Amino acid sequence: MTQILFKNIDTPNLTSIDVYEKTLDGYQSLRKAFEKKPEEVVEMVKASGLRGRGGAGFPTGLKWSFLAKDVFPRYLACNADESEPGTCKDRDLIMKNPHLLIEGMILCSYACRIETGYIYMRGEFWEYEELMDKAIDEAYAKGYLGKNIMGSGFNLDMYTHMGAGAYICGEESALLSSLEGYRGEPRLKPPFPAVEGLYGKPTIVNNVETLCAVPFILMNGPEAYAAIGTEKSKGTKLVSVSGHVKKPGNYEVPLGTPTIDLIEKYAGGIRDGNKLKAFIPGGSSVPMLPASKADVPYDYESIMEAGSMLGSGALIVMDDTTNVVVETLRLAHFYMHESCGKCTPCREGTRWMYQILTDINNKKGKPEQVDLLNDICDNMSFKCFCPLGDAAVGPVASSIKYFREDYEELIASMKTGQPVGTI
Amino acid sequence: MFAFTEASEARIEKILAKYPEGRKISALLPLLTLAQAQEGYITPEAMVEIGKRLNVSPAYVESVCTFYTMYYTKPVGKYVVKFCINISCHLNGCDNLLEYTEKKLGIKEGETTPDKKFTLLKEECLAACCEAPVMQVNNKYHVNMTPEKVDQVLASCR
Ligand SMILES: Cc1cc2nc3c(=O)[nH]c(=O)nc-3n(C[C@H](O)[C@H](O)[C@H](O)COP(=O)(O)O)c2cc1C
Ligand code: SF4
Ligand code: FES
Repeated sequence: MTQILFKNIDTPNLTSIDVYEKTLDGYQSLRKAFEKKPEEVVEMVKASGLRGRGGAGFPTGLKWSFLAKDVFPRYLACNADESEPGTCKDRDLIMKNPHLLIEGMILCSYACRIETGYIYMRGEFWEYEELMDKAIDEAYAKGYLGKNIMGSGFNLDMYTHMGAGAYICGEESALLSSLEGYRGEPRLKPPFPAVEGLYGKPTIVNNVETLCAVPFILMNGPEAYAAIGTEKSKGTKLVSVSGHVKKPGNYEVPLGTPTIDLIEKYAGGIRDGNKLKAFIPGGSSVPMLPASKADVPYDYESIMEAGSMLGSGALIVMDDTTNVVVETLRLAHFYMHESCGKCTPCREGTRWMYQILTDINNKKGKPEQVDLLNDICDNMSFKCFCPLGDAAVGPVASSIKYFREDYEELIASMKTGQPVGTI
Repeated sequence: MFAFTEASEARIEKILAKYPEGRKISALLPLLTLAQAQEGYITPEAMVEIGKRLNVSPAYVESVCTFYTMYYTKPVGKYVVKFCINISCHLNGCDNLLEYTEKKLGIKEGETTPDKKFTLLKEECLAACCEAPVMQVNNKYHVNMTPEKVDQVLASCR
């Protein structure tokens, strides 16, 4: 089993640079990179097939080659906002192996001729700011950051920047607004950040996990990375398996591993002797799927074919004691809470969905409200300013598609009993 | 009156150095965070002071401040206890824990104890879903929570 991101991750004191250098050949990939031209490093990442792990799965090398030509300074903003419900892999990487991220960011910066990098961490990662700052200080002290790194003539400064609680700041353009000191509202795209990003300059925004995969590619060559996974989904992926499983956790698997293996073999199966009912394969923003689809290989194309998305790699597992509507309400609450309010379909739609779901959960629902929910979904899909609006539709529309009987059960029990779950 | 402490001033110098000339407004969130760490919440006076430092109006500071959920514009307890109520925590019984804590502290979610020691809040996903249910006390993580662990954590708050 190839471990790229989680190799030796539980080594004691791995957060200290000396331990990192010893156990993981830490920072050795910089030597390999500095022997090459920056463009050659971009080509290597392209050839590896690495795709963005933040949610959209965009090819990383291609993104790096889109930077506006000859415009400087350029910036790197590492997206460590990790707020997609179900997702907790970046937190593991940051708190257990911060130097791997720094090394990946140095490689990206060299390849893209970037001299300033920021790590935008969600505010709730308050405990890890100090840890990350200390790791950055250690890297400066060893000469891996700062001026003329290892005699290469390449300069790079790196800083942490903490957010303050707002899911939308994970969206790349909102992240840049927030980093500039504005309200974290998304911006119109194009221009994409690679052309006009932070402070109006060409900017690469990459997820923590994406950047952490780059040192392996330099050390072992793009072929070694591309040899793992499927034809179009290369490499390994961290999957956060949570919910009704015996051993929830972050597992690193080759892309293409059957989803059922993640649930049964890695996470120990469904607990309390219950059976699988539903799963959300890629974080709260993607459609949920019924148990009958659990043999889908965990890769971008296969999950898409099955009617959902790999997203951020958060596999949320629900057993057959679950009423799916109750969980959908949690997600509807989340999107209503996190809608930034900039555009109407999302601001109003998320609120309306939440209210209807609350009624149904309170056993005050009416049969026609299920179709009304579907109508709202139609009126939001592809009509919102940023992808958050579509994300809010995913769980609601799919819950009706596959589990309409759960709605009907609650609606039929209208006059009886207690609310099953409200927020 | 609001004034940054000497320790905060040292931090501010480091914070401002992170951002390019002419782009110091980037320091707005970090300065709000510092002010809140000092006073427990963001006072109108702190907004005025931060506005002065960064050359923006207090109204602008306020509009940014209120966008982000981690800033409090009213006093909170010495310990802010947050429970994640999102899906993975819900599948792992966070509602019972929240109810347990409400009873224990004698307050409802959103309230502060009369002695101003604890404020209890619901929170959206805290990115520790594989260790659900998740709680934070003054932004420090406590994971795989049980009623016994809630007792322990609250007892350690003095
Ligand atoms: C509402 C919303 C929230 C997002 N949250 C995150 C996040 O927390 N972390 C992340 O890396 N990407 C997040 N993204 C995706 C980013 O916009 C962006 O695609 C990503 O950071 C690019 O990095 P990658 O190519 O390495 O994946 C989010 C997107 C949307 C629309
Ligand atoms: S879709 Fe929602 S989050 Fe995105 S800009 Fe519109 S209101 Fe804001
Ligand atoms: S759902 Fe509770 S931490 Fe993610």
